[in-house]
Amino acid sequence: MEYVLQMKNISKTFGEVAALHHVNFEVGANEIVGLLGDNGAGKSTLVKLITGYHRPDPGGEIFWKQERVSHLSVSKARDLGIEVVYQERALADLQSLWRNIFMGRELSNRLGVLDQRGMVRETRRLMSTAMGFTSSAVTPESTVGTFSGGERQGVAITRALYFEAELIILDEPTMGLSISETKKCLDFVDGIKQAGKSAIFIDHNIVHVYPVADRIVVLDRGTIAGQFSKGELKFDELIDRLTHLAQTGQLETNHPKER
Amino acid sequence: MASANSTERPISPAKERGKLARLLRKYALQIAIVFVALLLWAFFFWRSPLTWGSYAIYNSLMSTTPYFALMAIPLTLVVVAKEIDLSFGSIMAWGMAAFSLVFIALRETNPQLGVYLGFLACLLAGLFAGWLNGFIVVKLGIPSLVTTIGTQFFWRGVVLVVTDGQGLGMTVVKDTILYNLFVGRFLGVIPMQFLWTIAFGVIVWFFLNHHKFGAHVYLVGDNVDSARLMGVDVERTKIATFAIVGVAAAFAGFVVSEQVLFLWPTLGDGYLLNTLASVFLGGTSVFGGTGTVFGTFVAAFIIAIINPGIVAAGWTAYWTQLIYGFIIVVSVALQSILRKRLI
Repeated sequence: MEYVLQMKNISKTFGEVAALHHVNFEVGANEIVGLLGDNGAGKSTLVKLITGYHRPDPGGEIFWKQERVSHLSVSKARDLGIEVVYQERALADLQSLWRNIFMGRELSNRLGVLDQRGMVRETRRLMSTAMGFTSSAVTPESTVGTFSGGERQGVAITRALYFEAELIILDEPTMGLSISETKKCLDFVDGIKQAGKSAIFIDHNIVHVYPVADRIVVLDRGTIAGQFSKGELKFDELIDRLTHLAQTGQLETNHPKER
Repeated sequence: MASANSTERPISPAKERGKLARLLRKYALQIAIVFVALLLWAFFFWRSPLTWGSYAIYNSLMSTTPYFALMAIPLTLVVVAKEIDLSFGSIMAWGMAAFSLVFIALRETNPQLGVYLGFLACLLAGLFAGWLNGFIVVKLGIPSLVTTIGTQFFWRGVVLVVTDGQGLGMTVVKDTILYNLFVGRFLGVIPMQFLWTIAFGVIVWFFLNHHKFGAHVYLVGDNVDSARLMGVDVERTKIATFAIVGVAAAFAGFVVSEQVLFLWPTLGDGYLLNTLASVFLGGTSVFGGTGTVFGTFVAAFIIAIINPGIVAAGWTAYWTQLIYGFIIVVSVALQSILRKRLI
């Protein structure tokens, strides 16, 4: 399989806390990877390494489409096409919808003067297409602090879509969403697959991850405890194994070498 | 596209009303502050029509309000970015200390050149002091409240050492173009520093509302984590806001010294309260993320009329400080209440 992202021998320590040790992780082209793990398993740290927010400890290597990336920064990761949909906190509550959509990537001329009209117009278009906002109370000038949880997630997801990411990372996107909003969010992950893009779907709710992921990677206490292709394991079996993992710290896997 | 279509279609009055309501809501704070200014002015006018009916009071307001409005306007950026600066008063004097060093060195040979180069040195000194504030806050991670209390004392100390606590006559400035340019009278009536303050306000407003820099200032103040995650250069943005206040403070210091044609080593003392009050009364939130230059501009003049208003009404000027303090506390409290209702 061709990989868009490959991470080899990745470790990350914060002071004396080892958040990740010797992790190998990859995402294939047009593959949806479900990343499962309990709180503190290292999911967020892994994401922050991929997005260039943190750097791996020496020895770790990151490859983007077979090419080694030595100094990954937030802006470089974005240029490569890595986009993250964070939990709620990714929005600036007091700012308007259009300022949030274009956060950090404002349309402007060469002197940095904002193309406000263009951004408002694009936002209005995205609202009726991608976000599915129908309420007339919401305009591109509305402040996002007044939005519901689902609407906010919609804004964050739309933001990623708009900038044509190659690899979209969804960090617990269903947290705090109602059932219908969750459905909408999962539909979006399907949409990523249809569009030929890749995604990492992070959640601790296996019920959400299982139906949309091609492959599921289980992270536990900073290491990869195991991984399964969707075909090789039924939902119930996966649950059993995860329960076992939670109790013993050991995961039975079909890929012993990945331990 | 949608807007182009809507212009062709007849606009229903209900839709028009909705638009008006939205505009009113969007500019509610700005409209409110203008009303506060007008009400206060009307009240003072009623108490003392003689004072407020003559041009002299407006002439004096236009010449002295810029002394702190010039700093309050850029300070708005710092507060929007969720930081604070308390050192600008000392930076006013520090800029002029740099001026005096250059000026004294050239006084015997070429005093006019000394004024021009001194002015340049003054702005550069202010820029450096502002940048240093930003650097300490951002790179060393020290809260700006603490940092700028420290630099406030530090720069005042530097000024006292450099000037040896002595003042400096600046009458030579009168022979240069800088005098008419900054503190002259436009068409013989309007103080130039007032026009500079307006120009400064327009420039800062433009950068805050219509430039990437301003967009980032808002984002940094609103949600610094998300701004960083979305690729906004948080450090550079914050340092820039401090640096701008530094330059503005040095410039304000030059204007004040030019107006009185004397450099006092205590220059800048007494500007802290009214500058901060202008920013907070102007609707800029102490919690970051919101604020307008227009609000600060109008609020500066509200602050400015309080003192003469009280005196002209026949009350003791001791009330002034009480009211400034009261205004700061009330406007910050109001922001806290508004914020809770918004989120």
